[in-house]
Amino acid sequence: MELLTNLGIGLSVALTPANLMYCLVGVFLGTLIGVLPGLGPTATISMLLPITFVLPPVSALIMLAGIYYGSQYGGSTTSILVNLPGEAASVVTTLDGYQMALQGRAGVALATAAIASFFAGTVSTMLLALFAPPLAEIALKFGPADYFSLMVLGLVASVVLAHGSLLHAIGMVVLGLLLGLIGSDVTSGGQRFTFGLPQLADGIGFVVVAMGMFGVSEIIRNLEAGQSRSGLVTEKITHLMPSREDWKRMIKPILRGTALGSALGILPGSGSILGSFAAYSLEKKISKYSHQFGKGAIEGVAAPEAANNAGAQTSFIPMLTLGIPSNPVMALMVGAMIIQGIQPGPSVITEQPALFWGIIVSMWIGNLFLVILNLPMIGLWVRIIMVPYQFLYPAILSFCAIGVFSLNNSEFDIFLMALFGLLGYVLSKLDCEPAPMLLAFILGPLMEEYLRRAMLLSRGDPMVFLRRPISATLLLIALLSLLLVFIPTFSKTREEAFVDEG
Amino acid sequence: MRKMPHVHLLMALALLVGSPVFAQDYPSKVITMIIPFSAGGPTDTVGRLTAQAMGQSLKSQMIVENVAGAGGTIGAARVARSDPDGYTIFIHHIGQSTAPSLYRKLPYNVFNDFEPIGLVTDGPMTLVARKDFPPTTLKELIAYAKANKDKVTCANAGLGAASHLAGMLFMTAIDTDLTTIPYKGTGPAMNDLMGGQVDFMIDQTTNTTSQIKGGKIKVYGVTTKKRVPSLPDVPTMDEAGLPNFEVNVWHALYAPKGTPKPVIDKLVKALQQALKDQTVMQRFAELGVVPVAEDRATPEALRVQLKTEVDKWAPIIKKAGVYAD
Repeated sequence: MELLTNLGIGLSVALTPANLMYCLVGVFLGTLIGVLPGLGPTATISMLLPITFVLPPVSALIMLAGIYYGSQYGGSTTSILVNLPGEAASVVTTLDGYQMALQGRAGVALATAAIASFFAGTVSTMLLALFAPPLAEIALKFGPADYFSLMVLGLVASVVLAHGSLLHAIGMVVLGLLLGLIGSDVTSGGQRFTFGLPQLADGIGFVVVAMGMFGVSEIIRNLEAGQSRSGLVTEKITHLMPSREDWKRMIKPILRGTALGSALGILPGSGSILGSFAAYSLEKKISKYSHQFGKGAIEGVAAPEAANNAGAQTSFIPMLTLGIPSNPVMALMVGAMIIQGIQPGPSVITEQPALFWGIIVSMWIGNLFLVILNLPMIGLWVRIIMVPYQFLYPAILSFCAIGVFSLNNSEFDIFLMALFGLLGYVLSKLDCEPAPMLLAFILGPLMEEYLRRAMLLSRGDPMVFLRRPISATLLLIALLSLLLVFIPTFSKTREEAFVDEG
Repeated sequence: MRKMPHVHLLMALALLVGSPVFAQDYPSKVITMIIPFSAGGPTDTVGRLTAQAMGQSLKSQMIVENVAGAGGTIGAARVARSDPDGYTIFIHHIGQSTAPSLYRKLPYNVFNDFEPIGLVTDGPMTLVARKDFPPTTLKELIAYAKANKDKVTCANAGLGAASHLAGMLFMTAIDTDLTTIPYKGTGPAMNDLMGGQVDFMIDQTTNTTSQIKGGKIKVYGVTTKKRVPSLPDVPTMDEAGLPNFEVNVWHALYAPKGTPKPVIDKLVKALQQALKDQTVMQRFAELGVVPVAEDRATPEALRVQLKTEVDKWAPIIKKAGVYAD
């Protein structure tokens, strides 16, 4: 019954008119920046940080939290409509979401994303309320060796993301790993591939690569298609809401995506990014529609969007219960708490129950707001892609440039984005897909970091990866997945058979 | 041709009266404080609080701009290149004094390219360890580390971070080389310390106090001369048996070289007033940092501090053989 009392405290905090308003403002802003390509929650929250000084701590955090999960939610909109992932987690949503849009099913894709996100948000908020402290303790059991093995599994899974040639996918993974090497070496501080440019000392930003490879290159590709086109989508937009058949197909992927996303979101580091990739890979492996993946399968939108939003909620667990920020946005939230005079840490739950439970309850309310806010907007959003390209493209490019600039206030990043735009165009001509590269780009540096840390801790003994049960299990799964990928001829001919029939 | 003398006269006059007139008007527009780290961190918090209070006493708006990267050197380089008109100032921590030793190709000189304004805060550090680390006192820890130097691991928040510097100083002080485990920031390091993956770490009270109070990690001592008010039961390193081990994560304000003296004077005064502001003092106390006494919030004191610290860290960093570039 303690839970009911706690939820009661939370409700009494979150339901005050002022806090309801801050929650609404937060999710609205979040949706907005999520929709604007390149502008991410990190930049927005750091810009809004000074404003929150004058707010009461709970209201400030409710609003900042709303911005964060609101942007995870809004990020899928541009992924689906214009092939622009604003967030690492929405990269996979482009794969099938954009295809659905091209087929005139943008409305269905957006609605699917909204429904999946809402369901996942509700479940993971419940998890947060019920089990936050014990879950945080479990996450602490993960050592560097276990993280390394998790990343290996993620990398193996990334090959599955591609629907074209296996060789190309592996090539892109390697390219992503190499790009991830750019920057300072964690251990020695040595500069790698920075060409003496201080702007490269901290590596290349993910958003820069994503905006270039997806956004800019997509625009170049479309311009090539000639003057005849009036918009991105030539197909007529059919209905906006999912049909009965769509509903049937999305339920199970949403459930699995929520489970995977929640679990990975708890892990500090890049757990929440892995969530959407993992959910997509899993669906592609087990779905009976796996041949449709990459060509507009609704499962390919439902599962990663559920995972993405579930992870966004559960990534609050380490921050709220232990005071450990699991990603840059959480680090900003910790900063906001400190400025407000609250020391984030294990004592927050007991010393500030109103804050802790208020935020949790507000998250559920925020998710509700997001659905109410977004479902009616779908009709409006889909019209964006009907905008003639001579207006749409310059707008997208400007937003990309603004977003990328806002990361470090550095014009260098804009040029870098343009460069990646060209690279992305050339690679697309060569039938190389950017998604595996991007995942490798995110995972590579993390993998290296964990590998070296694990080896330092074990004093150079590689057996540590097999001795730790979590690590050994993950490596075993990775090995099995790899075997599945490399049973080549069988799966290949099957896929071709499907194509022929179609 | 006849007009020339006038022009010369005017120019000479302008030169003569230029800076005083300018200084009287100062500040007539928004002042930017560059923070060389990302938003939300301890330096960012100290900077924002200081900027807000200084702006009030200068009756002008002071905004902050985060120019993060490469251990604060990207922000510092930007300031070194800025116009010395008093509208760009800069906050940095102890890293300003270690950069010359850590970076072989620093695009600026910490002594010649900046005009010191004054010190802002002192930040004590704590020696903390995982909950189940066997030693119970600092003396035991030192003996344990010497006896198990192949096993004991020391975490830090990355190359050049305060925790890295303090760790190197500790190993020098106890004359034992331990395995150093670098992390990208305090968060992940603290995570592994709480999870028992690494043995110990020396980090700022800002980052450790709540975990200490929550009983998630053990504490052995604070690195300042006097005990810290927020952790009254924790002995100083000196009391705990390691004399002369002092590390202070100090923050200070600088302006680009050539900023006129009258402008600097105004900034110094604003800084000193900010450090007396009730809200600022309270927030600093909550952060676990100590505002400096008025006589240290001066260009002279900062000049001395910078020199002393550069000389203190250079041999330690050199001996450890680490470079950040």
